[in-house]
Amino acid sequence: MSAFALVFLILGMAILAVTGRLIMGPTIPDRVVALDTINTLVVAAMIILGAIFDSIVMVDIAIVYAALSFVGTLFIARHVEGGF
Amino acid sequence: MNGLTVAILIKLFLGIGLTFNVLGTIALYRFPDVYTRLHGTTKCTTFGSIFTSASVVVYAISKYVTTGEPRFITFTIHVVIAIFALLITNPTGAHAIARAAHRSGVKPLGIVDKLADKEAGEN
Repeated sequence: MSAFALVFLILGMAILAVTGRLIMGPTIPDRVVALDTINTLVVAAMIILGAIFDSIVMVDIAIVYAALSFVGTLFIARHVEGGF
Repeated sequence: MNGLTVAILIKLFLGIGLTFNVLGTIALYRFPDVYTRLHGTTKCTTFGSIFTSASVVVYAISKYVTTGEPRFITFTIHVVIAIFALLITNPTGAHAIARAAHRSGVKPLGIVDKLADKEAGEN
């Protein structure tokens, strides 16, 4: 098992751990923070997955995922803010 | 740069990045309210993800040097673009979340709330 695969597994466990806050989170902004953290960790994990399989497509998908998750975070934040 | 240096550099970057990502995850559980959680996780995961991606950059460059295939140059450029996408989108998203949380009525636990003071002064 290479170092990249080990790091990928630990990042996956971190993502699962963050899911706990996503479910518990006392307020809605807490859940949004957890979702944002999950998105960042998924992008990092996808780039490492690209290194494991030597594939450029994974990194391209990571870029698109980062952009789309950013738009999603902005939309949820605007919805939480209200008053529009 | 020989192979041993590259291997050590990759493992060093992976170690730093993984440490900060896990610290960001722990911060999500240890801090008391939304703003401190945002403070802990956003900075730690941005820094950690930059370092894990930097290890992938080092790996791709070393593969290009040893094999000479041009697709590893493409790989490097795409990872750098992903790093810049993270650098731009993450702080902006955190700022939007914090502003939305404050406007939706979630108050910070501490005593100092300068944004509320400022908005009260304007009205």
